[in-house]
Amino acid sequence: MNTAEPRSWTGRAMPRLEDPAILRGWGRYVADVAAGDDCLHVRFVRSSHAAGRIRSISAPAHVTLVTAADLAGLHPIRAVLDRPDYVTVATPILADDVVRFVGEPVAAVLAPSEAEAEDALDEVVVDIEPLPAVLSAEAASRRDAPLVHDTEFPGDPNTVVDGRIHTPGFDEAVASADRIVTVQVGSSRQSAMPLEARASHAAYDRATGRVTLHATLQMPHMTRTGIADCLGIPEDDLRVISPDVGGGFGAKMTLAREDIVVVHLSRTLRRNIAWIETREENFLGAWHSREQVYDIEGAFSAAGELLALRGDLVCDVGAYSCYPVTFGVEPLMAMAELPGCYRVREYSVRSRGILTNKCPIAPYRGVSRPVQVLAMERLMDVAAAELGLDPVQIRRTNLVGEFPHRTPSGLVLDDASHLETLQLAADMADLAEFRERQRAAREAGRYLGIGFSSFAERTGYGTPAFAARSVPMTLGREEIATVTPGAERVICTMDPSGGVTLRIGASPHGQGLRTTLSQVVSDALGIEPSSVRVIDSDTDTTPYGWGSFASRAMVIAGGATLIAARELAERLRVLAAHRLGGLPDDIDLVEGHARRRDTGEEIALRVLARDTYHNAQLIPDKGQPALEAVGVYDPAGTFANACHVAEVEVDPDTGEVRIERFLVAEDAGRLVNPAVVDGQIHGGIAQGIANALYEELIYDERGVLVTTSLMDYLPPTVAEIPPIRIAHLETISPASITGAKGVGEGGTIGAPAAIANAVSDALAPLGIGVFHLPATPHRLRTMIRQASRTKEAAS
Amino acid sequence: MTRSTVPVRLYVNGDRYDIDIEPRRTLADALREDCALTGTHLGCEHGVCGACTVLLDGQPVRACLMFAVQAEGASVRTVEGLAPDEETLHPVQKAFWEHHGLQCGFCTPGFLTLVTGYLEEHPEAQEDELRDVLSSNLCRCTGYQNIVTATMSAAEEMRG
Repeated sequence: MNTAEPRSWTGRAMPRLEDPAILRGWGRYVADVAAGDDCLHVRFVRSSHAAGRIRSISAPAHVTLVTAADLAGLHPIRAVLDRPDYVTVATPILADDVVRFVGEPVAAVLAPSEAEAEDALDEVVVDIEPLPAVLSAEAASRRDAPLVHDTEFPGDPNTVVDGRIHTPGFDEAVASADRIVTVQVGSSRQSAMPLEARASHAAYDRATGRVTLHATLQMPHMTRTGIADCLGIPEDDLRVISPDVGGGFGAKMTLAREDIVVVHLSRTLRRNIAWIETREENFLGAWHSREQVYDIEGAFSAAGELLALRGDLVCDVGAYSCYPVTFGVEPLMAMAELPGCYRVREYSVRSRGILTNKCPIAPYRGVSRPVQVLAMERLMDVAAAELGLDPVQIRRTNLVGEFPHRTPSGLVLDDASHLETLQLAADMADLAEFRERQRAAREAGRYLGIGFSSFAERTGYGTPAFAARSVPMTLGREEIATVTPGAERVICTMDPSGGVTLRIGASPHGQGLRTTLSQVVSDALGIEPSSVRVIDSDTDTTPYGWGSFASRAMVIAGGATLIAARELAERLRVLAAHRLGGLPDDIDLVEGHARRRDTGEEIALRVLARDTYHNAQLIPDKGQPALEAVGVYDPAGTFANACHVAEVEVDPDTGEVRIERFLVAEDAGRLVNPAVVDGQIHGGIAQGIANALYEELIYDERGVLVTTSLMDYLPPTVAEIPPIRIAHLETISPASITGAKGVGEGGTIGAPAAIANAVSDALAPLGIGVFHLPATPHRLRTMIRQASRTKEAAS
Repeated sequence: MTRSTVPVRLYVNGDRYDIDIEPRRTLADALREDCALTGTHLGCEHGVCGACTVLLDGQPVRACLMFAVQAEGASVRTVEGLAPDEETLHPVQKAFWEHHGLQCGFCTPGFLTLVTGYLEEHPEAQEDELRDVLSSNLCRCTGYQNIVTATMSAAEEMRG
């Protein structure tokens, strides 16, 4: 009898199964599908005006031009939320009559090569009569503001979401407070900027009339639904494949107008069609995010307890909604999750989404949480300063420590470790030692600062959480088009040779899901990850699923995988007990064998598998001559948590911020693959640092985007990212059956606030606080200059 | 419209390619479209991201910023040409694998060629210098931590 406990695959930082092919240059991204294919290339003519009426679109006869007039019969994209304050606006596939932002697609040209398509683009003349544009949420919601869409707005002009929560005891709590602390925080527009811009390739099959679309997506199934709806075709006429994806970060979960055109042209011309987006187009039209301003009031007791929280949250959502999650995604997430990891008993919030003549917003890693956490963490530091408290102490006073905890917006925080991660982070930072160094540095005229950021990261939420965004008004109506993301499904099959295939509805794009799900399957079945093949991202070969977004894959697809693998394991145990005697519960699955725990007798899984398929007379339940199990998981969600600490030095002459240390105390539950988890945290933090210090999409006064290259929009290189030190706690929550919590967004959510607090701490002697991100050298230098002038004037 | 092409001879990863292309074709496009070597990726096509980095006579260059005709007769090495054979990875590839130096993999070919090209010429390079070299390229997924670790590990391995 073998008594050695088999080593679990879960918890091992095993190198990824995906990597060898990618490392050799054998990855297959969409542009690689198009390369060498005899396809027509499409390029899009885009609006150069923020608002206007199209007078004419013309091109010489040799240019193949496609305009909205050629798309008659197609339905516009309609992203719908069922709430009384939500205003639905339609997105035409190509602009028809009116343009609403610079970069909006107004026409397409077709040519045999990309270069010729680009030549043709130059020959198209678009005559647009400019109309007044609204370029800020503030201007757009003023009385008499020009309307971005000619529709009814129940509230203020251009206001498409207007959510409110007001708890009954709010006013009383505010009245009892010792101190009201106010902050206004804001963030500039940002781009997810995956290194692979968007791309699609539609292949027409003459025999069936079907189109196979390869596109760079996070949600292949939902994309198929969206395109089929717009084209008015059965979904079965379209197969969607998302091959290797060069980064998503949320930007590839939203349905692209361009992809609909590509599929339509392929169907009507019966040709293969490719579209490879340029970097400039990606900046212009592939979704922006996070242009938000929050006015926050905290009512505190003298001891630093937050008695009540008020927020007025404004999100500039651009010119159109995004399908499927809608332009409610930023304001409604902000409204629901602003209190974060803090015990907020009384809450009054108004959260608005306001249309402007700019690129539409869509989810980008963290959605509005980087700004929410910025708001709460700046509030905590400002309150601590005003009340004479230590920043760690005020957080300790207010963090949620008992679970489950129900928030004023109705969320339930499951088991987490806010107090513990704060303490761990404070220990790692060695605050006393830092304060000593800071004091010495200040005497030498140098500005060092430290900043904390505690946050909860809502992850792995299914149907119940998304349904809560709606306030159903019109259930049962004929043309209901609301979309409520939810469950993931997997199908786990053992083939006659004992190999396992896992077909998943989730759609990875760099997270290593094939590896981590293989680890989960391997533990359940007693096999090795190398004998598990994960099939994903193809609507023909995978079960309907939502894809990968919102830090959900390991929780939801991982949970579904565990359910399916356990069911398959149970069936193998039944089969093995039939062959070896004993009860199924006496059978262990180890090292590719089913083994009786008491006698040590064993049978290879491949023998069991072969007989199940080929000698059904030998198996107990002959009605099921296959080894296959379906797993479905649709949880309410689980909250990961962390505390980030940034130590910075600010150069007062240049406004440059140098990050000296970045520390993370993180709790993402059970770590299925610690290397993958740390990779997610590293990458998330790099994007958070980018959000905090560098990246900013800038429109000029006419609504023209001026940051359209990587020389204007500044993603950090290795030179800007410091070494990141991570410590893990593992709180196992019953809200996730694998014990894993999502970890995809936490880095991006927490880092900006930690840096804003650190820079503010560094510049505290000058009376400067950072409230708007990114804190670029220009912004900081302006504040420093102003502060020294004020100081001079006062002396 | 008639479009004139010119014959160009490229030596890529030790193989000879005789191709007819428009003079305006970039080296990156020629590699991808005419040589069917799609491991060289295009992330920006304006010379910033470095995903298209290849080695031209051993030197890292941006394949999106040069015309294929400029590579006439030169020796080009792409990501497909790094590993000695189909069974073995190059030490740089192996280090990126072992240290989780890639996620989506789109920037990876550019980093691998950059690091390989530099380490082959500067085997003694230390961390500061290598960080400088790595700052030539952009990665959006990894936060660079593991790319630095992998590069240091590869440098050690290659020094033997």
